[in-house]
Amino acid sequence: MNNFLEYTSQGLYCIPGDFHIDPHSQVERAVVTHAHSDHAPWGCHKYLAAKPCEQLLRLRMSPEAEFRFIPYGEALSVGGVRVSFHPAGHILGSAQIRLEYQGQVGLITGDYKFGTDPTCEAWHPVRCHWMISESTFGLPIYRWPSQESVFQSINKWWQESRDEGNCCLLYGYAIGKSQRLLAGLDPTIGKIYCHGAVEKGNEAYRRTGIALPETTYVGSVTGKHDWRGAMVVAVPSVHGTPWVKKFGRCSTAMASGWMAVRGARRRRSVDRGFVLSDHVDWPSLLTAIDACNPETVWLTHGYTASVARYLVEQRRDARVLDSRGRSEVDQDAADEDASNERTNDSIDPFSGEAKTP
Amino acid sequence: MIRFATLFDAIDRTTKTNEKLAALVQYFGHSSHADAAWAAYFLCGYKLRQLVPTKLLRIWAAEEANIPSWLFEESYHSVGDLAETLTLIVPPGEMLDDLSLSHWVEQRLMPLRTMEEADQRNAVIAIWQQSPMQVRLVILKLITGAFRVGVSKSIVTRAIAEHAGVSSDVISHRLMGVWKPTASFFEDLISKEVQDTIVSQPFPFCLAHPIDHELGPESIGPAKDFAAEWKWDGIRGQVIRRNEQVFIWSRGEDLMENRWPEIESAAQLLPNGTVLDGEILASLGENQVLPFAKLQKRIGRKTVSNKLLKEVPVVFQAFDLLQDAGEDIRSRPYSERRLRLDRLLSTIDHPSLERTQLLLGTTWDEWAKIRDRSRETNAEGLMLKRLDASYEVGRVRGVWWKWKVSPYTIDAVLIYAQKGHGKRSGLYTDYTFALWEGETLVPFAKAYSGLDDSEIKDVDKFVRQNTRESFGPVRSVAPALVMEIAFEGLQRSPRHKSGIATRFPRIVRWRHDKKPEDANTLAELMDLLPSIE
Repeated sequence: MNNFLEYTSQGLYCIPGDFHIDPHSQVERAVVTHAHSDHAPWGCHKYLAAKPCEQLLRLRMSPEAEFRFIPYGEALSVGGVRVSFHPAGHILGSAQIRLEYQGQVGLITGDYKFGTDPTCEAWHPVRCHWMISESTFGLPIYRWPSQESVFQSINKWWQESRDEGNCCLLYGYAIGKSQRLLAGLDPTIGKIYCHGAVEKGNEAYRRTGIALPETTYVGSVTGKHDWRGAMVVAVPSVHGTPWVKKFGRCSTAMASGWMAVRGARRRRSVDRGFVLSDHVDWPSLLTAIDACNPETVWLTHGYTASVARYLVEQRRDARVLDSRGRSEVDQDAADEDASNERTNDSIDPFSGEAKTP
Repeated sequence: MIRFATLFDAIDRTTKTNEKLAALVQYFGHSSHADAAWAAYFLCGYKLRQLVPTKLLRIWAAEEANIPSWLFEESYHSVGDLAETLTLIVPPGEMLDDLSLSHWVEQRLMPLRTMEEADQRNAVIAIWQQSPMQVRLVILKLITGAFRVGVSKSIVTRAIAEHAGVSSDVISHRLMGVWKPTASFFEDLISKEVQDTIVSQPFPFCLAHPIDHELGPESIGPAKDFAAEWKWDGIRGQVIRRNEQVFIWSRGEDLMENRWPEIESAAQLLPNGTVLDGEILASLGENQVLPFAKLQKRIGRKTVSNKLLKEVPVVFQAFDLLQDAGEDIRSRPYSERRLRLDRLLSTIDHPSLERTQLLLGTTWDEWAKIRDRSRETNAEGLMLKRLDASYEVGRVRGVWWKWKVSPYTIDAVLIYAQKGHGKRSGLYTDYTFALWEGETLVPFAKAYSGLDDSEIKDVDKFVRQNTRESFGPVRSVAPALVMEIAFEGLQRSPRHKSGIATRFPRIVRWRHDKKPEDANTLAELMDLLPSIE
């Protein structure tokens, strides 16, 4: 790619610093943008991440690994490369990684989003010479509604379901999405329960100092229980499995950016689809690139070719980094594959939460 | 309009009939007659004639979204639905007022058709600016003529019946044929008073259930309770003779005028106040029925030339009598209706008006033997009708049964794939299959259905990983997957590369046990061509 970064089969590799960024598999030294498993794989020897990422990463990784965390904005020199982390707004502790070497500044966005999210620090732009941006939702059909309006609909749905004597089952990835959902729920409507995988994520969030409403672990409820009016936040993979039977009459919903398209919504066969994404939509993606104003943009994930072509027509130097790029279906399928058997609360919760390559 | 969009949403997001019904009843209960009429019209599947060319809508949407047209097309392939793409791609607008459905349709949508292009453009852009997503989708579906939502006409009928407190058979009858969606129509529709029958109005059709091949006919009861006749592959129709006039309706509720002059002239001989149910068939008479392919030559022709009349003669094979001497006899048992049909038609002598032949037999075994000969007579199998049953509205279980012969099957190789629409948007679900001719694979059929969700996912993955070339949205893939394809019939066709067109091809199963070289040959398909062509 340039004099200090190359794209290898294991992902991005910084030559003078001798480390990988968001590697695809186990490497010696991993600098990671956030704790989702497709960015921070299990089994590396050393991890470097932003400070607020600590609880989530330690929870997920082997205790044998070496960790180092530095606050947002502070720089560390690794082999002559200045490495610093800057808020990405994706989930708790998510960061854009800024690399400076011989006067060149590069930015790796990881996953990121705009807008308010009380569970993590907001994205802000970083000026750079080159930028590697995700483009998971890089088509102009993706324009997120305001978070406020989405939470209004979610709480309204909960209230109506409660009044009809139903239990609400709300699906979101175990880490990040679920906690964002919890923070937006109105706890005066009823009691909130969480799937084991979600509950473990909640604990890590609370340990980091993020306020979440009171939740109860579903597995701690024993005997016959009246679930009417309750809100259960769970991972998508439990949908349609025996695990959900205990809740009796349910209304089900999925919260994800993919829910913007009716076909994807219907395919999930849930009662409701709420458009709530932790990635940038089309207008935010363009705004972010303009704000960082790099000389070259590399695109990774999703509709990389379309975004690159569009930017080139807008007279930007834009290229496709990653031909592994996932389409909706690949990611959708991966979400499900990754968490297929995770219907039991006792199984390792963290494979159910996010896209895996 | 917001209420109608909310109704659309409520129906769209549930698969439960009761919830759909409740949403509809609630909508009809709170709507003006004018709105209710339009809602019923659209929900029953009627459309406005194209209001704006879709080509222009695409251009304007790309302009409003500030994107090039190729990006619009890529977005469209990803969404798989034009109206939805047009909805999502333009930044959302704000609803300034909530005018009624009828106001929207009559004042804002229908005038679009006759506008100059520049005015059309302004009007469409105003619609975008004044509609939030939920409402916009419905409006654009009406504009593009693609309004479809998961309710059948019978559910709409039940909802109106419940709202009006009138039996759904009556509502169903009043909704038959051609009607205009006006307030006064809706008033009449829900009126409790008995109305005069409209001369041209057909009765709702009684439909048959398939017999489960595994369970066999024994599952429906003893043979002695049924009558059997051939199940022909033609066009289901009602012939109406009232007030010295003749009307011929198809099951799709199209009034077929001037298409079947032989049948019209035969129907002139019927006494007034007669309604026959039966099948329009290409036939040389006396049960020498021709394959459907022949009839197809006459379908869609508004006027019929003398040459075609000679080449493809048609008959109406009546199998039921619904109105006899002005009396609605649908509630009488089948055995009685059939006798009255026989008595009526025995007095009429016209080569284009026949009765179905009741097949002799008293046991399932006897009928099974007759059924085995279906293909020789160009029939699809047998129809079984309960002797003591009345003529029901719609697909009521237990009254009429279709006992089809097993379909033809052949093993073919998947060679092209394309993304599907609707629930399958974004997934490769539309496949083209090929058979061997020497060393080459010749495409012979497209099939869209038959695989379950997890198989679709597997094929989708295969297509993505094994694409050889892309032609627009179509991908050619490595010939590796073999599937068993079933179809109802076949005919020669110069328009198909293979020279053969199959009827209703679909996937039976994925033959994981077969390699591509084990698939069938085109010659083996040819061998299945019928003897009477």
